[in-house]
Order: sequence, then structure tokens, then C-alpha cells
Amino acid sequence: MSLHLQNIDHIVNGVPHISGIDLALEPGSFNVLLGRTLAGKTTLMRLMAGLEPPTRGKIIMDGKDVTNVSVRKRNVSMVYQQFINYPSLTVYDNIASPLKLAKHPKSEIDKRVGEIAEMLHIEHLLKRYPQELSGGQQQRTAMGRALVKDADLILFDEPLVNLDYKLREELRDELRDLFKARNCIAVYATTEPNEALALGGNTAVLHEGKLLQYGPTEQVYREPNGRFSAEMFSEPPINIVPGQLTDSEITFDQSLHFPCDDQLKRLEPGDYDFGVRASHLTLQPQQADDMALDVHVDVAEISGSETFLHVHHERFPLVLHLAGIHQFSVNEPLKVYFPTHQLYAFDKQGHTVHIPARQGGAAHG
Amino acid sequence: MSYQLENTQRGEKYNSIFSKVSSAKRRNRTARSHWRSRLLLGLYLALMILPIYWLINMSLQTNSEILGSMTLWPQNLTFDNYIGIFTNSSWYMGYVNSMLYVAMNMLITICVALPAAYAFSRYTFIGDKHLFFWLLTNLMAPPAVFLLPYFQLYYSVGLFDTHIAVALAHCLFNIPLAIWILEGFMSSVPKEIDETAYIDGYSFPRFFVKIFIPMIRSGIGVTLFFLFMFSWVELLLARTLTATDAQPIGMIMTRTSTASGIDWGTLAAAGVLTIIPGILVVYFVRNHIAKGFALGRT
Repeated sequence: MSLHLQNIDHIVNGVPHISGIDLALEPGSFNVLLGRTLAGKTTLMRLMAGLEPPTRGKIIMDGKDVTNVSVRKRNVSMVYQQFINYPSLTVYDNIASPLKLAKHPKSEIDKRVGEIAEMLHIEHLLKRYPQELSGGQQQRTAMGRALVKDADLILFDEPLVNLDYKLREELRDELRDLFKARNCIAVYATTEPNEALALGGNTAVLHEGKLLQYGPTEQVYREPNGRFSAEMFSEPPINIVPGQLTDSEITFDQSLHFPCDDQLKRLEPGDYDFGVRASHLTLQPQQADDMALDVHVDVAEISGSETFLHVHHERFPLVLHLAGIHQFSVNEPLKVYFPTHQLYAFDKQGHTVHIPARQGGAAHG
Repeated sequence: MSYQLENTQRGEKYNSIFSKVSSAKRRNRTARSHWRSRLLLGLYLALMILPIYWLINMSLQTNSEILGSMTLWPQNLTFDNYIGIFTNSSWYMGYVNSMLYVAMNMLITICVALPAAYAFSRYTFIGDKHLFFWLLTNLMAPPAVFLLPYFQLYYSVGLFDTHIAVALAHCLFNIPLAIWILEGFMSSVPKEIDETAYIDGYSFPRFFVKIFIPMIRSGIGVTLFFLFMFSWVELLLARTLTATDAQPIGMIMTRTSTASGIDWGTLAAAGVLTIIPGILVVYFVRNHIAKGFALGRT
């Protein structure tokens, strides 16, 4: 079963929510829709499910045009960000309802509900009602209902957002395993780059209703095809510094001169935006030709066992992603080392013109 | 017992540390304020119940006792008034008539209002907001305005003096009210539930009956209470649109004033019997009424 969206436009009250999306999803693939809020992730999923028809364009499932086929006649299932269950039915009946409606025999329903419940670790809760469960258990019930039928297309609309951190990681891992054995298309929407990286598969980067890039997650991460894509798919966002490139050096802020690496020399001289990942900036020199920058600390955010250090140079701010917990005081002067070999370059239209060569395991984070 | 002891000990410890008031004094004071609030509440309740008590009191007395002297409770307890009502078909048929048209009205109204409220809560269509508000304006016209046209209309189509005539007339007020209350309850159900049901393969009627209606059960209960209340107490339309066959109890109660004077005892007994259905209905929806008064919006 394959899904092909052909030049989809969706316009609501004159405002385009989705514009010109062309996307082909392979059978058995796990796809992540990555984008900020209002990027059009939910709208795109609703179009895929058939809850709304697109304003323009076609949706082809398995070679058949299903653009105007109602959601009841398509074999899809969906999990929402909110915990959506039928409050008047028990957990068992909630999960069993798609099977009951498809008129499966009782014994088969029992067996499949049992299997799914076991997979999701809610087998002891089958007799309870959804209101009596915790958030995580409610969401597992919703997932059970989505997974119990052999849907061709399973949509997850930020299903883990309303859960606590620990539970999210746990459910995310389980989800990956659940899909390994299946031959359906899974689509998973998220705002978090880390979640996309953890889930793997393919990633489609959405921004303001447009598809920026689609491909294997690793590749999209390493080789963003444009500035927006790079900003969207890194947490904290990639640092963008405008500069000029001449024959032998890069100039930032009219005053900072960097020797430029051999690959960058191939580019036409001119104005570019240079991108450097937060994790590539360091406080100790890593290589002989790293450039030292004098900066002042704005704020240090500690998240788990990592520190996001916000600093500013005279004209531009930078964010560093440091492993471990570090304490800094505000306005403390620091030296930050800028890796000249790991610069992305984007032209003024926002297209990627240079991607740094991979360096043994260093390019990651 | 041991728990109480522990509690007191803890309280004393607390007092010795944080305040100079001894525990005995404190206990005294809380007890006093406790009694005061009970007393006030009791007084309030007594005042509220007094007219109802007086009605019950009267219904258990003979006419001569009612008129003779003021008695706080019946000196000669008698159930004749009630027996009179239950044995006289012109009396008890009043209750039957009232209940019949109220039930008919509740049934018609809920059947019409459920789909209408669903449409208002789930779909957008041209003029939906204006239409929704226009419904409410139906409640703003006094029933007397519709009296003459209804009478004339029902008479000419042969509906005069039937239960359905009164039931339909009451729909004028009850359907808008029911739509407003139900819309509020329905809008608090997330739309995603509907969508999930369609994705699961529920047909619309099946979803509506099996999933949706159970979710707004309390809303339907409250709505029915309001419908009952309006229809049960409305007298003007009910009286005008009926003559003999479908006469409401309220109308029959006016018959107690005859040339030989007013039959106080029977009137009081009829009054008691009239408020009983209301009390029963309130009892069933007591936990949800506040939300109903807010038209289902919290």
C-alpha cells in the first residue's frame, strides 16, 4: 500500500494552510512530519486520513484516486494529541470497537485485543473506563484502538506531547518496535527534532504549509537543503551568521576574518549565511585551525545533563550545546572556538550551497 | 478513637507552639460557630419550607378546621381530600392530561432538539449564528402573544382540545431552550471523538446513539428537567387550547371555587400532588442543574 499526495493545496477561508505539497510515501515506511506549530502537520494528516478534502490536488492510495472518498471507506487510523477515547465504553470495548464494526468473530476480537493490550502493557486495565486511567494509560488505549485493525495508514498527531518525559521515551521506543513487523505506512507528526532522530525512518520537514525536504531522517539532518530546513531540524536551532566569502577568507561582522577551508573556496565569492551547529561550537579548541571568538554569556539553560549556553558576540548571538552541567555567570567573558571545517553555507535565497564533509563521528548531536 | 486522640494531641502541640489560645477554648469556639451556622441554615430552611408545610397541613384538614381556627398541625387528621381526588375521574384525569401532554412535549422536543443542537455545535453554515440567536428570541415573546393565532389555527385544523395541541404549542418555548442547553453540552465534547468514531468505521446514527448520547447523558437529563418544568407549570396556553378532554390539572383546580364557597382542603391536596412530580424530577438531576442554568456552558 502506497500513498501519494499530488500537488495538494488546502485553503481555509482564503488562508492557505497547505500549499503545493507533493509527497510519495513508500509501503511499510515510518515517516516523521517535522515542523513547528502551524506548519500544517495536523492539516496534512487530516487530508491524508480523508477527514477533509483538499482544495486542490489528488490523493492516490495504491494507484486509486481517493481524494473524495470518505474517511469511513478508507482503511486508516489516527491517534490524536489529546487523549481521545469513548468514555462510555470500557478499555476493552474501546480497543475492540473497530473490529466489532468490521464484524470480526468474537474469538478473534478477544485474541487481537489481548495481544495489543499486552504489547501496550494495559492488559490488566481492560475492564476499566478511560476516565479511571492515567494520561499515559489513556493514550495507550487510544493507540491500541488505532493499532488493533490492520490499517493501511496509521497517523500519529503528536501523540506523546501531553505525556511526561519518562513515559514519552518509553512509548516512543515501543512504537518503533510495533511498526517493524507491520507493512503499513506510519506517519508521525512532531515538533521536536530529537524525537524525529530517535524515531528514524523518513522525515518530511514542513514550514508554513510547504514541504521543505523529504528523505531518510539521517540524510535530512546532515544535508539540509536550505536554511529553514536546517533551523527546523536542530535543537537548539543552528546558528546562522551572515558573512562575506572572498578568495581565501570568510569575514563575519566586517571585522572577524577566518581562513576558509578548501571546500568553501570552491564557492563564488560573495555574501552568504553561514550555519554552525550548536554542538560544534566548543570552549576548548578541537583542531589547530579552530577560530577563537571573544563572547559574553547571556544565559545558560540546563536541560537534563546538557547545557545550552547563549552567548553574544558584538553583532550576533550564538548558542552552544555542551554536554554536562556547567555554571556561568551573566556577562562572563568567554572564548568560543569556531570550527571552520563544519560550516554550512546558505545563499541569500536560503538554499544550501555548501555542506561540511563528514568527520569521523564528530558531526552529531 | 485512637485517631481522634492523636489528632487532639497534635492540635495541642500546634497550639502550644503557635498560639496562646488553649485547646479547650478553641474547641469551644469552633463548636459555637458550628452551631451558629447550623442554626442559621435551619432557620432559612424553615422559612423556605413553611408555605409547603402549610399546604400539606391544610390538605390533611377538613374545611371547617381550615376556616375555623389556626392550627399548626391537623387536629382531626383526614385523608378525605386525597381520596376525593383519586376517586373522582374529573379530578385525576387532570393529572393524566397534564402528564400526557408534558410527556409528549418532552419526547417531541428532545427528538427535534438533539439533531438540531448537534448541527449547531458541529457544523458551520450560512447564517448559523443568526439562526441560533433567533431561536432564543422565541423565548422572549410572552405566550399571550401566540394565544389567539394558536387557538384559531388549532380550531380550524381540528386539533383543539387534544393533548398533542398543547404539546405542540409548548414546543414553541421548549425547543429553543433545549437546543441552547444541549448545544452547550455537545460543544464540550471534543470534535475529535466524532472523527475517531468515523475513522473506526461507525456510521453516523450508530455513533450518535452508541457513543455520543451516552457522553451527554447528564445534559439530556437536565434538558428534560427544564422541559418538564416549563410545560408542567405553563397554564395560559394549556387552558386556552383545551376544553374538556385534555384539560390540565391547573385548570381543574380553579373549579374548587363554587357557589357554596371554596373547597380549601381539596385544593390544598391537589396542590401537594402537583408539586410531587417536580420534586421527583429535581431529585434525579440535582447534580447537574447548575450547568443547565448556564445553558450547558461551564
